[in-house]
Amino acid sequence: MMHCQFQVDYGSFQLALDLKLPNRGVTVLFGDSGSGKTSLLRCIAGLQTAQYGHLQINGKLWQDSDKGVFLPAHQRPLGYVFQQANLFPHLTVAENIQFGIKRLDKTAAKANLGELIDLLGIENLLKRLPDKLSGGEQQRVAIARALALNPEILLMDEPLAALDFKRKQEILPYLQNLQQRLEIPVLYVTHSLPEMLQLADHIVLMNQGKVEAFGSLSQVLSRIDLPLAKQREACSVWQTELSAHDADFQLSEVKFNGDSLSLPRLDAAIGSAVRVQIYARDVSVCLEKPQASSILNILPARIEQISEADGGQTVVQLRVGDQTLLAHITSKSKQLLGLNQGMAVYVQIKGSSVLNR
Amino acid sequence: MLSPSDLDTLFLTLKLASLATLIMLLIGTPLAWWLSRTQSVWKGVINAIVALPLVLPPTVLGFYLLLAMGPHGAIGQLTRWLGIGGLPFTFSGLVLASVLYSLPFVVQPLQTAFAAIDQRWLDTAATLRASRLDSFFSVILPLAKHGFLSASVLGFAHTVGEFGVVLMVGGNIPDQTRVVSVQIYNHVEALEYSQAHGLAAVLLVFSFSVLLVLYSVNHKRLGDLR
Repeated sequence: MMHCQFQVDYGSFQLALDLKLPNRGVTVLFGDSGSGKTSLLRCIAGLQTAQYGHLQINGKLWQDSDKGVFLPAHQRPLGYVFQQANLFPHLTVAENIQFGIKRLDKTAAKANLGELIDLLGIENLLKRLPDKLSGGEQQRVAIARALALNPEILLMDEPLAALDFKRKQEILPYLQNLQQRLEIPVLYVTHSLPEMLQLADHIVLMNQGKVEAFGSLSQVLSRIDLPLAKQREACSVWQTELSAHDADFQLSEVKFNGDSLSLPRLDAAIGSAVRVQIYARDVSVCLEKPQASSILNILPARIEQISEADGGQTVVQLRVGDQTLLAHITSKSKQLLGLNQGMAVYVQIKGSSVLNR
Repeated sequence: MLSPSDLDTLFLTLKLASLATLIMLLIGTPLAWWLSRTQSVWKGVINAIVALPLVLPPTVLGFYLLLAMGPHGAIGQLTRWLGIGGLPFTFSGLVLASVLYSLPFVVQPLQTAFAAIDQRWLDTAATLRASRLDSFFSVILPLAKHGFLSASVLGFAHTVGEFGVVLMVGGNIPDQTRVVSVQIYNHVEALEYSQAHGLAAVLLVFSFSVLLVLYSVNHKRLGDLR
């Protein structure tokens, strides 16, 4: 468990938060630029001093203003990946990776460097100088360099933001791979919704230096009191398991506690974990089960909450089995159908996409 | 063409310039680093003091140094108290004067080079377990190496070329303070034009080669550090 409390006055805005974060999985810090995401990472790394700070990770105190404890940045056992790769230009890739390792305590547990180099696919880059590498390659080396220290926590500050779309797509699989392999907590800063949906286990929504919401990805996404649920990109994310393939129709079935979904055929083994994204605008609500519809996924659901949004839209939060689903419908439809909290209805899901491979 | 005494002055000049450059790098590096990072109100004052020799006639600087190093001056009293004796008209006095005179030529290239190094390099080094001092040697120095080259070359060359300060502080003592520029003046005064030609040509070729090397290296500078 990690507990952090920080107060920093930047003049234009104040960072003030108190967060308890899980010690496994990827926690995405999400918010507009200027919301304090990067400042929080810098505080945790000890690169930024705070008027008040308390930071405890795995039972160890790194910082506490009351007790006068402040571990300098270079003594904090963490890994930091910046927006720019920041590979030292006068050192080769291998020397860059060795830079931190050489400075580790002799008794410290070592990372498995071979496995790391393999995982990030940088074996054939080791002898090169950083300016001979593409942006994506540089960022992969930077990730390896940070993880080579065998850190207790990995901090990533928009590691993909400086890359173009193609490079992003090239590096995302490596990150997803890491997400499943790493046994340390990762704090990942981004303002990109797709990145968050693909990588997050937990999310912290930040707004003007404060924490707006914190919880598991699906929990926070489905909270209709947050502005996120009212945006056009509002969606739900379901954690499911691949249960069957239908070779005839090129379909696959994924199941979750209570029901199942049909998806375009997935190239994965039965039993694999599948993360499914369903846009709220792709969900419609019916009072009775439609008997003749081209839509495959028609599931029984129960209305949990309803909230009016701007532009004649209404956001409906529904429960399907053990999953939560958001639907965007017009306020007129809500009126005509007489939708109310607690009603049993059917949802039609017009489209869904798979977030992991 | 060059007489033994000419060669002595050349040798003395090289010794003076090397020693002065070494001292200037030792003082100039922390000073330039501080100037490149500080937001202190003293920055302007210190910058102006370091740059003074750029605009001051060398004789003015030499005159004040002579007074300061004399028996009643602050430096003079300090050296006497330390048991070193008086500095005027000695090689040590000349080194001290050269350091003050050429310091801006060392500090300014270093300051420019340091200012061009973005804070992100220091942050990165810190997250890779390097202390501040460690980062300075392992990251800042290599990234600023062109600044060091310029600083050394300019500091050295400028010391070789000084004349006014030498005359004021050092005088004209063989093997002590008689450097090339003073020797050329002596030759001209004595109407030994061919002797003067020899030494003058050596200085001309030296200065040109130094600047040529400097500009061709700086032209090939690797990547932007920002």
